[in-house]
Amino acid sequence: MIRIDSYPTHTYKGFKLRPGKPLPFGATIVPGGVNFSIYSSHATGCELVLFKKHDPKPFARIPFRDDFKIGNVYAMVVFDLDYENVEYGYVMDGPFDPAQGHRFDKTKILMDPFAKAIGGRDEWGKEPDWNDIYQHRARVAFDDFDWEGDHPLEIPFEDLIVYEMHIRSFTCHESSKVEHRGTFAGIVEKIPYLRDLGVNCIELMPIHAFDEFEQSRISPVTGKRLMNYWGYSNVGFFAPKAGYAATGKFGMEMDELKNMIRELHKNGIEVLLDVVFNHTAEGNEMGPYISYRGIDNHTYYMLTSDGYYFNFSGCGNTLNCNNPIVRNMILECLRYWASEYHIDGFRFDLASILGRDQNGAPMNNPPLLESLAFDPVLGKCKLIAEAWDAGGLYQVGSFPNWGRWAEWNGKFRDDIRRFIKGDPGLVGAVIQRVEGSPDLYRWQGRSTSSSINFITCHDGFTLMDLVSYDGKHNEANGEDNRDGSNDADSWNCGWEGPTEDSGTNFLRMKQIKNALTILMISQGIPMVLSGDEIGNTQLGNNNAYCQDNEISWLDWSLVEHNSDLFNFFKKMIAFRHAHPVLRSREHFRNTDYVGSGYPDISWHGTRAWYVDFSEQSRCIACLLCGKHAKSGTCDDNTIYVAMNMHWEMHGFELPSPPPGERWHVFANTDVVPPQDIWDVGSEQPLDNEYEVLVGPRSVVVLVAK
Amino acid sequence: MSAEYRVELHDRIVKITVKGKLDTTSAPGLSEELKKLQGREIDRMVFFVHDLEYISSAGLRVIIFAKQKVGVNADIYFIGAQESVLDVVKMTGLSNFLICKDTYKE
Repeated sequence: MIRIDSYPTHTYKGFKLRPGKPLPFGATIVPGGVNFSIYSSHATGCELVLFKKHDPKPFARIPFRDDFKIGNVYAMVVFDLDYENVEYGYVMDGPFDPAQGHRFDKTKILMDPFAKAIGGRDEWGKEPDWNDIYQHRARVAFDDFDWEGDHPLEIPFEDLIVYEMHIRSFTCHESSKVEHRGTFAGIVEKIPYLRDLGVNCIELMPIHAFDEFEQSRISPVTGKRLMNYWGYSNVGFFAPKAGYAATGKFGMEMDELKNMIRELHKNGIEVLLDVVFNHTAEGNEMGPYISYRGIDNHTYYMLTSDGYYFNFSGCGNTLNCNNPIVRNMILECLRYWASEYHIDGFRFDLASILGRDQNGAPMNNPPLLESLAFDPVLGKCKLIAEAWDAGGLYQVGSFPNWGRWAEWNGKFRDDIRRFIKGDPGLVGAVIQRVEGSPDLYRWQGRSTSSSINFITCHDGFTLMDLVSYDGKHNEANGEDNRDGSNDADSWNCGWEGPTEDSGTNFLRMKQIKNALTILMISQGIPMVLSGDEIGNTQLGNNNAYCQDNEISWLDWSLVEHNSDLFNFFKKMIAFRHAHPVLRSREHFRNTDYVGSGYPDISWHGTRAWYVDFSEQSRCIACLLCGKHAKSGTCDDNTIYVAMNMHWEMHGFELPSPPPGERWHVFANTDVVPPQDIWDVGSEQPLDNEYEVLVGPRSVVVLVAK
Repeated sequence: MSAEYRVELHDRIVKITVKGKLDTTSAPGLSEELKKLQGREIDRMVFFVHDLEYISSAGLRVIIFAKQKVGVNADIYFIGAQESVLDVVKMTGLSNFLICKDTYKE
């Protein structure tokens, strides 16, 4: 059957046209041509501007006829386009009246907010032509892919071990030995490493299109170019960052990214995206016109009553997330990534902004967050909030959730850091954190999976730096060390920075192992920062957002140099996978509800069955009853974990193991490798059944069997 | 230069020779040629690509089409690809099903 709408009805300067379909928004390949659709509530006119790929000047400007507009949507099919070699933009006519929120400018060529592919920064770090009238160029995208039967993995949330990484940092160092460094293809080459480590989920720092040259400058300290390296500043929400693809220069970043996801899925590894819907790269009143500002400023941004930009993001503007139009864009965007890229879940940067109304006030039931929680396409996606914003809203434990949203648990990070450092008065807090933060989540009926536990993430020190520096060393960022957090709860173990002192270095390694062990035995979802498993350092820089160099790049020679540490990480991760008692979705009841003779979890100190909650107490132990694993639905070993963060050795009186079983040592962070940790199943019998000596600032893990 | 191509079927083996650039200009034509083979018994498809200079997204999709709709149960060979073309094929995941070799033996 021939469709009659596959033929042109109009011509304009030789271009064959017909009225387009308003939905879907964006540029869509249709029989014979491309359907262009864009909305603006306040524009008075619109032109489609077409460029040949990379050409400085457009080869066509095609106005949308009045009869090509439906409601506030301009829609038109242009036939016979060589769409693989075309870039398109829009010129919008309308009032320039900032006080009323309108900033239309007919001299600007604007990128489609729904662009699925964006050129202009195709190759990472290639100096752009700053005279180009159209810097970020929308392209027509193929959205088909041969998935070979792949689909999102849907690993139960509580079984995840998340590994946060930056696409470029992971393989850009020449020691990575991959063929295409710093790219999606490079990640594929490192999948065997990820499998060996044992993580089953990677969380990618932003991969949406951004401009690495945004606020680029030369560091007055190092003389090196500083970039917008992390990418927390979106140019386009629907397009992957072309410069992260080795094939970006050929316009195949979508295929390369999809191949990466497919290969990760084949290897049992989920992919989460860190998404930044709180602001855009257009900045404040002084910022550039890229897209939204010139298309419909009043709709896309939160504005003060006199037309200035609210700045809850700390980045100049705030996306108007609870405007119905913007809300739909965000929903469409996430649906697109979930369905077209098989993304397993999303982590929302400064997510509290998504719960503010159009005047910036926090809402009780933010419609955007509710829509995401109940959306059918996103029904199996993990939704994770960074539950605070730069405007002072802090919602850890109280983020609107509908039983669907998890949170980066900043309290876990802060309490465990202080405990490991040896701060007093933390025993009670540690109990809460190890149990999956019931103080934050149980009272709302939220599961332990609401808590993404972490000690380090991209924001702040690496784990090695957390135990090597008292203070931040961000001078290379060129901001006189003013940027970055000042309350990192770090401790340098006696010397600031690298040292040859073997005692200090042993202590640092031990502190890292202590941190990882507590993270891995805690209920909730553990997240590890990429590189921590090999002792990666940023030389004390706790805000490397602009460092596209060795400060950020993982040095893969550390895999060999710190092989003992890597071995510890691998085995501790394997331990968590092997023991469901560490991965309960339900909160503990602190009682014996299966008749095992032990509560599901019990707490101890240097005396069994007694916890010293005094201010100076730094010793605590837990016993996890294997019969209560996964709420008593499966059988597991009983596990005992003794944590001594005092600077003196202590003997911990042991509770009796289950009848017929003996305590075996799985890990002791005070012991010199390789006897610091054993393979699952090869734990070593403990000589003294009644007491275990736990070295200063050490953790011991025992298994009953 | 856009692509030149030749498609031959002998003894259940399809030989496809492609030269130049396989992109939006040339890919639809090659797709049409391959469509003519749909429904035929095919054991092997062999792309001779020694003189293929560039392959675009549209070009990749012709090969995927060949696998999915023409040589469903066939082995698919990709012979003599230049490094830049082979790189693209690998990075976009086509090497999962393509048998990439320098030379072809009957």
